[in-house]
Amino acid sequence: MPEQKPEERRQNFAEVNLGLNFHLATQEAMRCLECANPKCIDGCPVGVKVKDFIALVLTGDYLGAAAKIREDNILPAVTGRVCPQEDQCEGTCIMNKKFGAVGIGYLERFVADYERESGQIGLPPIAPPTGKKVAIVGSGPAGLSAAGDLVQRGHQVTVFEALHEVGGVLVYGIPEFRLPKEIVRQEVENMKRMGVEFQTNVVVGKTVTVDELFGEEGYHAVLVATGAGLPQFLGIPGEDLCGVYSANEFLTRVNLMKAYKFPEYDEPIYNCRGKNVAVVGGGNTAMDAIRSALRLGAKNAYVIYRRSVAEMPARAEEVKHAREEGVQFLLLNNPIGFLGDEKGWLRAVQCIKMELGPADESGRRRPVPVQGSEYVLPLDVAIIAVGTSSNPLVQSTTPDLKTRKGGYIEADPETLKTSKMGVFGAGDIVTGAATVILAMGAGRKAATAIDEYLRTGVW
Amino acid sequence: MGIEGFSIAEARFLAPDVKLFRVVAPRVARKQQPGQFVIIRIHEHGERIPLTIADSNPTEGTITIIVQGIGKTTKLLNRLNAGDFILDVVGPLGRPSDVRLFGTVVVISGGVGTAIAYPIAKALQRAGNHVITILGARTKNLLILENEARAVSDEVFVITDDGSYGEKGLVTGKLDALIAGGKKIDLVLAIGPIPMMRAVAEKTRPCGIKTIVSLNPIMVDGTGMCGGCRVQVAGRSQFACVDGPEFDAHEVDFDGLAKRNAMYRESERQALEQFVSEPESGPELIRHRCKLEDVAPR
Ligand SMILES: Cc1cc2nc3c(=O)[nH]c(=O)nc-3n(C[C@H](O)[C@H](O)[C@H](O)COP(=O)(O)OP(=O)(O)OC[C@H]3O[C@@H](n4cnc5c(N)ncnc54)[C@H](O)[C@@H]3O)c2cc1C
Ligand SMILES: Cc1cc2nc3c(=O)[nH]c(=O)nc-3n(C[C@H](O)[C@H](O)[C@H](O)COP(=O)(O)OP(=O)(O)OC[C@H]3O[C@@H](n4cnc5c(N)ncnc54)[C@H](O)[C@@H]3O)c2cc1C
Ligand code: SF4
Ligand code: SF4
Ligand code: FES
Repeated sequence: MPEQKPEERRQNFAEVNLGLNFHLATQEAMRCLECANPKCIDGCPVGVKVKDFIALVLTGDYLGAAAKIREDNILPAVTGRVCPQEDQCEGTCIMNKKFGAVGIGYLERFVADYERESGQIGLPPIAPPTGKKVAIVGSGPAGLSAAGDLVQRGHQVTVFEALHEVGGVLVYGIPEFRLPKEIVRQEVENMKRMGVEFQTNVVVGKTVTVDELFGEEGYHAVLVATGAGLPQFLGIPGEDLCGVYSANEFLTRVNLMKAYKFPEYDEPIYNCRGKNVAVVGGGNTAMDAIRSALRLGAKNAYVIYRRSVAEMPARAEEVKHAREEGVQFLLLNNPIGFLGDEKGWLRAVQCIKMELGPADESGRRRPVPVQGSEYVLPLDVAIIAVGTSSNPLVQSTTPDLKTRKGGYIEADPETLKTSKMGVFGAGDIVTGAATVILAMGAGRKAATAIDEYLRTGVW
Repeated sequence: MGIEGFSIAEARFLAPDVKLFRVVAPRVARKQQPGQFVIIRIHEHGERIPLTIADSNPTEGTITIIVQGIGKTTKLLNRLNAGDFILDVVGPLGRPSDVRLFGTVVVISGGVGTAIAYPIAKALQRAGNHVITILGARTKNLLILENEARAVSDEVFVITDDGSYGEKGLVTGKLDALIAGGKKIDLVLAIGPIPMMRAVAEKTRPCGIKTIVSLNPIMVDGTGMCGGCRVQVAGRSQFACVDGPEFDAHEVDFDGLAKRNAMYRESERQALEQFVSEPESGPELIRHRCKLEDVAPR
């Protein structure tokens, strides 16, 4: 995949990967063996017909290829960019072991971009109106995919979003250099053209409750797709110092509020230019945050992670890109306290070295501190990216909605029905923080179940 | 919720730089309870800022906000007038105040804090409390909502720093006098600048009078998603937008709050300077948006 050179891209927020051209796409597609029993499809959580779409790429029918993907995946330009392909379709591709997997993600992105740039997105036909109204709470991938499916089946669909922009993590979390916001905007535009109504600035549980959606507002079914957006902190001393951010806050300021364009945009962010910045954590969020800090001018950008690189949950490509851009990885290190100055500003982090012990219940080797290995690292900004938990606003105002440990909503794995009649749940709010494609798959499953419920009235 | 956002039904200055807006936001108006706030954004390049809902009228579908122009966003907001639009208004956010019968309640507010205190005082009086209001301002013409406060209080004391109106002094002095006079006080509610709230907390702590403050940390989303609004209360990190904004004054780390609120001082100064030097650029953005959306296909 052609990409911006590391020394250039660390200065800008433009996309890192530049996309395949026709020639490269054909070349990559030719590597596919068109297996009789394509393993790639088993690896994809929503079963994209990889073999078939690649065959269409080879015939030059890119729009056909895009349509083929859309049968199972309505956000191919997004998933082609952000899926952890190495653990999914490409991980199971037969070519993977010996020759390197077929670049399925790159090809998926290629045809989706071709389709978008051609302006010929084939909007699916809409069934005659059913007279039923569905409310979808949350506009992340789970909510969006459910909305797309339900509107096609003739239902009247409204998506409620707490923020002022639609897209969930795709707009407030994942940065421009990995997923241009224009792509999300375009997908949302398509849905509007299909008839989905979006209402931003509505916090369900505050502005309106689920019961009111059924009552005064006359909805027949509600899908809760509010994500797992609550930041977790480390619970160590000094976390309230100025300069310590949650990754959510840092990324929201940068992406949603465009603080990287301050003062053209009004939202400020700490001026990272020439400063030492560290992120704590090893997932996609951590990579996104530290690479954003680098683009804001950080002199030293560190990833502090308590396990080793093998356990890092981030996409392999993001770790590679981060390294190329000059991010320094302090693996097997754990922060134990933040140190501040008299004005309450962060000035350093105290860390301890770790070593890997026996495997824990998750199967990963548990990191244990090395006695006496504490040290102090000078630091101006620290970003905490150690995971998120469930957003409670809907659950706490909907007493008959059952939750499980951690406040996540209990939903049947097949029908995504919750304990409350007419209410379904999908995405991170059911599973805990997962991936775009899983949230999307869940949204589509929920749409099928909601459609059936609305047609039959059987709960 | 029209295409341009939320329309302003009424706008008028209450004091220099302090402006009242009645904004059409029917869903918020229907749900609002005392102590809650909205987050607004004025234009496409704007930041999100929290403002208390000073009043609401569910029948008309309007909410009232009262804004003190102290920085770029609030000064720009204060240039808007009836008929203009606010791009985004979301709420009601935060926990409602704990309104019940306490007995005698002293409500102390300074400056624009009166806008935040007023709806709570009103609810407390309705709940049967004897409400004593202490209104503070630097000088006479900065005093707001005096008549409104009188209408919902059993006793009112007005205090100005310079003695230009009411008594000369500090609001804490008046509180001292009430306590010294043997008044049985069941609850104190203090809303205003951090030093004032801290001073009140220190006065009531030795006498064991329950004291509530409404905190104003820097917020972004207002839904518990960013953690930027965290404050230390009773040694624990709390998110003011969902766990507050009201907290037990005797448990709040005011020092930490003051430090965190100063975090963007440099950027704020820069934004304000630029705005003051080109005051037309802000309103231009707002107009620009309206024009764009006029021609955009719906
Ligand atoms: C920084 C970051 C990077 C990531 N990178 C990747 C990646 O590379 N690949 C990948 O596969 N996954 C990635 N993920 C994970 C992925 O984005 C999520 O798993 C996915 O977005 C979950 O989708 P969702 O629809 O369940 O929820 P979300 O995308 O979280 O959307 C939920 C929406 O609901 C709204 N909401 C919440 N409460 C309410 C309410 N009460 N009323 C109204 N609206 C509400 C929220 O504002 C939000 O917009 C990343 C996550 C983050 C944070
Ligand atoms: C729950 C709550 C209720 C509030 N109610 C009112 C009210 O009813 N009327 C009123 O006039 N003011 C109210 N405020 C304060 C108001 O939000 C700030 O004055 C406003 O954000 C300043 O923005 P600015 O750009 O004009 O000024 P800036 O120059 O950006 O900032 C000036 C100061 O305002 C504070 N501030 C800045 N940005 C934010 C932000 N995003 N969130 C919170 N504080 C910020 C900081 O302390 C800063 O030092 C409230 C604040 C909170 C948290
Ligand atoms: S959706 Fe993701 S996992 Fe499935 S084929 Fe596309 S890139 Fe692979
Ligand atoms: S497993 Fe790999 S080689 Fe086989 S069909 Fe799928 S992509 Fe092609
Ligand atoms: S403002 Fe973001 S969590 Fe409170």
